[in-house]
Amino acid sequence: MATSIQVESRIDDTGVSLDSALLLDMYWQMLRSRRLDERCWVLHRQGKIAFHISGMGHEAIQVAMAFAIRPGYDYALPYYRDLAFNLAMGYTPKEFMLAVFGKQGETTSGARQMPSHWGSRRLNIVSGSSPVATQVPQAAGMALAVKLRGEDRVAIADLGEGSTSEGDFYEGLNWAGVHKLPMICVVQNNIYAISVPVGLQMAVPNVADRAPMFGIAGAICDGNDVLASYRTVKEAVDRARAGQGATLIEAKTYRPVPHSSDDDDRTYRSREEVEQWKRRDPLARFQAYLLEKGLLTQTRIDEYEAQARDEIDAAQAGAEAAPYPPPEAALGPVFASDGV
Amino acid sequence: MPEMTLIDAIRQAMDEELARDKRVFITGEDVGPRGGVFRATVGLYDKYGPDRVIDSPLAELSIVGVGIGAALAGMRPICEIQFADFIHPAFNQIVNEAARYYYRSNGDWNVPMVIRAPYGGGIGGGLYHSQSVEAFFAHVPGLKVVIPSNPYDAKGLLKSAVRDPNPVLFFEPKKGYRLIRGDVPEDDYTVPLGTARVTRQGSDLTVYAYGMMHFYTLQAAEKAAAEDGIQAEVIDIRTLAPLDRVTVLESFKKTGKALIVHEDNRFMGYGAEIAALLSDEGFEYMDGPIRRLTGPDVPGVPFSHTMQDFFMPSVDKIAAAIRELAAY
Repeated sequence: MATSIQVESRIDDTGVSLDSALLLDMYWQMLRSRRLDERCWVLHRQGKIAFHISGMGHEAIQVAMAFAIRPGYDYALPYYRDLAFNLAMGYTPKEFMLAVFGKQGETTSGARQMPSHWGSRRLNIVSGSSPVATQVPQAAGMALAVKLRGEDRVAIADLGEGSTSEGDFYEGLNWAGVHKLPMICVVQNNIYAISVPVGLQMAVPNVADRAPMFGIAGAICDGNDVLASYRTVKEAVDRARAGQGATLIEAKTYRPVPHSSDDDDRTYRSREEVEQWKRRDPLARFQAYLLEKGLLTQTRIDEYEAQARDEIDAAQAGAEAAPYPPPEAALGPVFASDGV
Repeated sequence: MPEMTLIDAIRQAMDEELARDKRVFITGEDVGPRGGVFRATVGLYDKYGPDRVIDSPLAELSIVGVGIGAALAGMRPICEIQFADFIHPAFNQIVNEAARYYYRSNGDWNVPMVIRAPYGGGIGGGLYHSQSVEAFFAHVPGLKVVIPSNPYDAKGLLKSAVRDPNPVLFFEPKKGYRLIRGDVPEDDYTVPLGTARVTRQGSDLTVYAYGMMHFYTLQAAEKAAAEDGIQAEVIDIRTLAPLDRVTVLESFKKTGKALIVHEDNRFMGYGAEIAALLSDEGFEYMDGPIRRLTGPDVPGVPFSHTMQDFFMPSVDKIAAAIRELAAY
């Protein structure tokens, strides 16, 4: 393993002054995403859904991103692992269940796309594809539009560390540097691109080490620490909004589950490694922090758990009861009509 | 109504659209102070400034990718690819992204952008400054593909493309940039996308062409009429996708014979789709083989002029093909 991972077990709240309601909301968003994610693995094992791609273990950096931007105002260009990011921006478990079941009324694509290809014009979440890193130059284009119009929005794109090997990544960040664009690029480095370890993606120790070649700021954070992640992303967002240009953020994290429901991670990594990382689980760490600070109690945790279970149960029931799209819906829409 | 060249008409369309709509901007290699290597944007940087006419890094993928992002954010980018031959690094952004946004988001996100690129051979450009790439993109649902053949259409079609809410590929016959002249109104007019045009009436056969080959086809049709009394009807396809099937079929119903001319190579070329349409839906009107006159199936247009001329369809070759089909 080429990369050393600096992840601790405690939460670093240096410089973060969020009130308790916001901290608890962060916790709730992480918990809700985790439970929804777990339910989808179960549904897949039960044969009820065809496919699931997971964001488990990535909840801290993702929730931090959502809290650091203005959802619905800023432009978000997520990637497939961003369940928690999307939920924290306003996407709902009900919507996600419609997506994994491929049912009529699915909100991101009308059930045309596989699940986890997010998108919502209402929330300024840009529709995603499956080829990776394509959203990086597009985020630069959105940030360019923001700059040309003199607005104070930012564009935030994120991706995995494997995707940083794509040319799109370099070309997009090059534009961000040349034009000093209000853009944040967050790389969730979970050290595997499906099976390929990060040492076979790049010869530098950190993704963020590449920032100077674009003339933009670089930052590394513990992606399993929601407050350290929040501080890092918020600083980048503030810089971008102030006209000080783009930042490449690398969030060190880990995927404790297979890449997708079609993957078997036992073929490329040891169980010991996975267990070691589970001890740094972002949800457990933040929960311990909040308990220690007296902001959370076991009773309150139980309430959150019940709330998540009820919401997910209802979402699942709704999706199971929903009809499939009519077959002819496959025919469109292909072209926007005038006036769009 | 002033006469102008094809490239002047293209520039005038961009000039007027930049003036009309603040969302419109141009980006591409050398489009700024240099005015483009073909001078398509000359003067526009001085007139509209560096925020409206933006020299891009030398990277086609992101000329398109950045254009897509700007379009998603409500702008109306005109992205210039310096030669159609260099569009291939952007293929993924065009085909997987721009073309599919509207469908994949169930109508939530659309990409109103124009990608301009000079195409075609006959200019001593060799393998990599001569390509015709229209068939790759016309195949993809979600893209509009436009190729003008004269200054009037170039201006009107480009203005329609800029105003269209979808991604439009606008391929310009570069050999005709200064060779093809015509009257162009100074006022604001558009030519709708998706319409072909009968550019010469005839009864013996129909010749379908676009771009530079349409320019040659009109000359070839006159030649065949003067020398052999053959009356060829000529259809300028203008918009390859979506295709004006009605105009294509109506002419075939009248003449019963079809010749399709393009300089792109033959196999899986655009002519194959026209031929398939005519045989599917015009079978009972058919009065002869559906013929194609195209570039040969080799990997490019060679540099040396003897080989280049061998590759390219010409007025004489088209006239010969007209005679042969008329005699069938």
